[in-house]
Amino acid sequence: MDLTRLTISQIHAGLTAKKFSCREIISAHLKRIDQVEPKVKAFITVAPEYALQAAEKADREISSGAGLRALTGIPVAIKDNISAQGLKTTCGSNILASYVAPYSATVVERLVEAGAVIVGKTNCDEFGMGSSTENSAFHVSRNPFALDRVPGGSSGGSAVAVAAYEAMGALGSDTGGSVRTPAAFCGVYGLKPTYGRVSRYGLVAFSSSLDTIGSFARTVEDLAVLFRTTAGHDSRDMTCHPSEPEDYSSALAASLKGVKIGVPFSLLESGLDASIQQGMERTVETLRQMGCEMLPVELPHSSSGVAVYYLIAPSEASSNLARYDGVKYGYRAEHFSNLREMYQKTRARGFGKEVKRRIMLGTYALSSGYYDAYFLKASKVRTLLIQDFRNAFNRVDVIVLPVAPTPAFRVGEKADDPLAMYLTDVFTVLANLAGIPGLSVPAGYSDQNLPVAVQLLAGHFQEGKLLNVAYHLERSFALPPPRLAV
Amino acid sequence: MAITIEEVKHIADLSNLEFSQQELEGFILQFSKILDYIEQLRQVDTEGIEPTYHAVPFKIDRQRARPDEEQASLDRNRAVSNAPDEDQGQFRVPKVIR
Repeated sequence: MDLTRLTISQIHAGLTAKKFSCREIISAHLKRIDQVEPKVKAFITVAPEYALQAAEKADREISSGAGLRALTGIPVAIKDNISAQGLKTTCGSNILASYVAPYSATVVERLVEAGAVIVGKTNCDEFGMGSSTENSAFHVSRNPFALDRVPGGSSGGSAVAVAAYEAMGALGSDTGGSVRTPAAFCGVYGLKPTYGRVSRYGLVAFSSSLDTIGSFARTVEDLAVLFRTTAGHDSRDMTCHPSEPEDYSSALAASLKGVKIGVPFSLLESGLDASIQQGMERTVETLRQMGCEMLPVELPHSSSGVAVYYLIAPSEASSNLARYDGVKYGYRAEHFSNLREMYQKTRARGFGKEVKRRIMLGTYALSSGYYDAYFLKASKVRTLLIQDFRNAFNRVDVIVLPVAPTPAFRVGEKADDPLAMYLTDVFTVLANLAGIPGLSVPAGYSDQNLPVAVQLLAGHFQEGKLLNVAYHLERSFALPPPRLAV
Repeated sequence: MAITIEEVKHIADLSNLEFSQQELEGFILQFSKILDYIEQLRQVDTEGIEPTYHAVPFKIDRQRARPDEEQASLDRNRAVSNAPDEDQGQFRVPKVIR
C-alpha cells in the first residue's frame, strides 16, 4: 500500500486496525519528498527529524491506548510565513533568510495539538507578494502537472506539496488569492476563510485588513477537518471572531435541493481561457442537475477589484514592512556610516524587486497629496464592492466564478510585466476586499492536462455552505486520478 | 499618469530604500503603467460613501477581555535570539546621539 495516496479517514482506519504506524506514514512522505523535491521544489525547509520525533510521539500515544485526535499522524506542510517554533520562517525573503521562529503561530499550535505532523515549511512569493511563486528569494517552485509551468502563488509550495503527495494537507496565507490560485493551478482544494475566522497570530503580516490563513487538501472531507482544526477564537488576535465554528464535517452531505447559486454572467463575457469557460459551464450545469436554483447576479464594482486591491494591499504592506530595519531580527547590511544608511542599505539588499515595488507603490498611495486620490478613494470603492456582495447574498447562498482567467502559465511568462501578473488576481481579490470566504474547487483538466478550477464564494462565516457545495461537486465530477509529471 | 524622477526619489526616501539611478528611472515607466490602470477608480462615483478599513466589523468585547493580570511573555533571550547584533540581551545599533 502506498501510504502517500490516502485520505485522513483511510489513514485513521489503518492506524486503528494497526496496519501501519505514524512513523511509517511520515517515513513514506519523507521518502516521496526526497524523490520529487529536486523537480518541484515545494519546500524551503524540510524537517525530517522534527517530523519523525512527532510521529514517534503519536505512536507512543496510540500504543498507550489513547484514542486518535482529529489529525493524528497526518503530515502537513506550512507556508514559510507562518511561525513554527524552532524552524526557520523566511517568508521567501533574504531579509529573513536565517530567522528562526521563537514562538509558534496559533494555527500551528492547534494542528500540533490535534496530532498533525509538520514535515516542513513551503516556498512562497516573498512576503506573499506574487501570483506565481517566482518571487521567492530562494527558488521557483514548479507545477507538478507540467514542470515548465508555475504552481500559482503566493502559497505555491503548499499547493505543490499537497498535489505531489509530499504532504496530505497544508496551510497557506491568502491576501488576494494566494491560497485559491495555487490550489487551482495544482488541482487541489484551497479554502480562504472569512476574515477573522482563523487567528492570524504568528502569521507574518503583509496586509493586515486582507490577510487570512487558509488550508489545502486533496479531498473536501480532509479540507473540512484541517480547516475546522485551525478555526475559532484566539485572544492573541483581536480581529479573530469570538463565535464558535460549525462542525463542518457533519454538514458536508446535506442536500443541495433549493440552494440558490448566483452566477455573475457579466464578469464572464471576455478574457477567459476556453478551458476555464468550460469548467464554469460544467459546474453550472452540474449544480442545476442537483436541484440548485441558478440565478444571475450583478457585482457592478467588481471590475475595480484589482485597482482597489493594488492600492490597499501595498499601502498596508509599506507600513507592515517598515519593521525590517536590520535591528531586531534578520539581515543587516555590512557597511554603513550611520543609522539611516543602515536602514536603507539593509532594506535595499534584503528585499526583492516586487516587495520593493509594492513598498514604493504603497508609500506613494499614502503620501501627502496622494492619500485622498488613492488610498482613501480605494477604501471607498471597497465599501461599494462590499455592498455589491451584500446585495447578492441577500438573493443567493453561494456565488460561482472562476479562480484565475487561465490555467497555470509558463515560468517567466509574466515575470517582467507586473500589471499582467496583478491581473491574474481579478477574480480572487474580491473575497479579500469583502472579507468573505472563497473556495477553489478542481473542475477538470484542460486539453494540455492542466488543472481547471472554479471558485465558490459565500457570505461571512458561511464556510459550511462552500464545503457542502464542493462536496457534491467532488462526487459529481468524479475526476480521474491526476496525471502528474513527477 | 506620469510620475517624475523627483517624486520617485522622494518616495524611496520615505520608504527607507536605496536604489541605483537606473532602478529609480525604471520606476517611472512601471508606476505610470500601474497608475494608468488605477486611474479607472476616478470613474467610480463615491460621493457620500464612507471608506472601509476592515471588511468584517469587530469590536473589543469587554466580557471576553481577559482579567488584567500579570502574565509571562516571550523571555528576553528568545526575543533577541534573531538579532543581527546583540549584547547582553540588548539590540546594538550604530551611535545615534553625538
